[in-house]
Amino acid sequence: MHSRDEDSASQSNSFPEETHSSRRHFLSQLAALSASLTIAAPGARAASSKERSNAEASDPERPESLIDIVLKVNGQEKRLKVDSRVTLLDAVRDRLNMSGTKKGCDHGACGACTVLVDGKRVLSCLTLAVMAQGKEVTTIEGLAHGDELHPVQAAFVTCDGFQCGYCTPGQIMSAVGCIGEGHTRSDSEIREFMSGNLCRCGAYPNIVQAIKQAATQMKGAVS
Amino acid sequence: MRAFQFKTAASPRDAANSGTDTAFIAGGTNLIDLMKLDVVAPARLVDLGPLSFRGITVDGDGLHIGALEKMAEVAEDPRVVKEYPVISQALLKSASAQIRNMATMGGNLMQRTRCGYFRDAVSPCNKRVPGSGCPALEGENRMHAIFGVSDSCCATHPSDLAVALVALESVLKLQGPQGVREVKLEDFYLLPENTPDREHDIRQGEMITEIFVPHNAWTGRSGYLKIRDRESYEFALTSAAVALDLDGSTIRDARIAVGGVGTKPWSLPVVAEALKGKTANRDVFAVAAEHATEGARMLSQNGFKVSLVKKTIVRALSEVGGVA
Repeated sequence: MHSRDEDSASQSNSFPEETHSSRRHFLSQLAALSASLTIAAPGARAASSKERSNAEASDPERPESLIDIVLKVNGQEKRLKVDSRVTLLDAVRDRLNMSGTKKGCDHGACGACTVLVDGKRVLSCLTLAVMAQGKEVTTIEGLAHGDELHPVQAAFVTCDGFQCGYCTPGQIMSAVGCIGEGHTRSDSEIREFMSGNLCRCGAYPNIVQAIKQAATQMKGAVS
Repeated sequence: MRAFQFKTAASPRDAANSGTDTAFIAGGTNLIDLMKLDVVAPARLVDLGPLSFRGITVDGDGLHIGALEKMAEVAEDPRVVKEYPVISQALLKSASAQIRNMATMGGNLMQRTRCGYFRDAVSPCNKRVPGSGCPALEGENRMHAIFGVSDSCCATHPSDLAVALVALESVLKLQGPQGVREVKLEDFYLLPENTPDREHDIRQGEMITEIFVPHNAWTGRSGYLKIRDRESYEFALTSAAVALDLDGSTIRDARIAVGGVGTKPWSLPVVAEALKGKTANRDVFAVAAEHATEGARMLSQNGFKVSLVKKTIVRALSEVGGVA
């Protein structure tokens, strides 16, 4: 049998409520300031300087200190200083000012934040920016060649694969991944492999049409 | 999200000795979500990504899967598709394409329950805050368990993969500060009893390094059926992983586990035993499936799972057994 200590450190049973009360007290205040942390503005950080010194005293490792990272986004290397909590989504949108990638649910349920990492579609809202280092990140801004749209972008336009457009960058990035994986052999296969991208407007039939059209076109371009 | 120290594991030993209040992160799809919800708040995250727990190999003993392999890679591996179809099918019916590209096999097995009270950081929950109570027992429990329920907890284990792996009697290889050890996956998951916060037979600093699936006469003729409220991207109401060893139409042996109904992936040796030596047909499957729910405990909203899980088993056996 295991002691409570062992449990509190195991992969899943991590409940530091009981063990880090002073750190957590400070952090609950910080969390109230910024529920979805995209690096608080300088003013906000200065305002909490008293709490910061408390935190440094209670936690010598200073987990809130910033980390130098390098992200490669759409072929360009970007140097950033980020808090370890910053997601790839927030880094791309709020630090690199590429707002094409959308924040929908921020919990991995809607697919609006889909980007490619090393060519595979992933959810940027569940990816820590520090963990995306050394990888090739492609966002919706990286698809077109100048004024020439990517075949999937063009197909979404010609098939009218959207209404409000909020889910569209995620749909398009996911579709690029879906076509690359070869999961476009039937309408039902497209629907199944695109199920991680929700569209509140219900543009699904036209999205499926756009993906079919782009897949055919891209296959033709390869052969 | 609460602040944490981030560290990349330099070696398994380095990760294992990271100290208490550490969470290992691989794909992060469950952990980051739970940290955003303030359900878990480790002081330290150790990224296992650079470690070498990778590879999908098939040998005379069976299938060896590195714990850091992504769900999508395993699901689409031609050897897994052909020789261990129940694993491929369970993976492809899990989550979404994006999540399967991120989430690892080891992380999938460590994922936490989807119980709404557990995921709501301000509700009482014996799993999250031991002794605080279980609102689900008398509350919203339509999605909850009928097997392994205690007076402390009725949360289901959410993994489809784990159901398939338990059916095939898989073994986990673990590595920690005290070295390496093996544990049967079925025994790795603990019943909630009075300590629902203790979910796994895992010790401080230990990590899953490999999943081993023994090859048997039934592994190739196997499949996974998942019943849910919507067609895709949803957790199971009920599911069944079944594997049959047939001699013509006679069932030599079988393995069955069910999901969406247990506080852990639930194997049903009693149903498998009832099939042995019988002719594969729907009537035989239905008689055997009656044994599935012996000892089930129905809650206020989930009584439908008793009949649904039996029908799920019969349909899964019919599809895998080639019975119309």
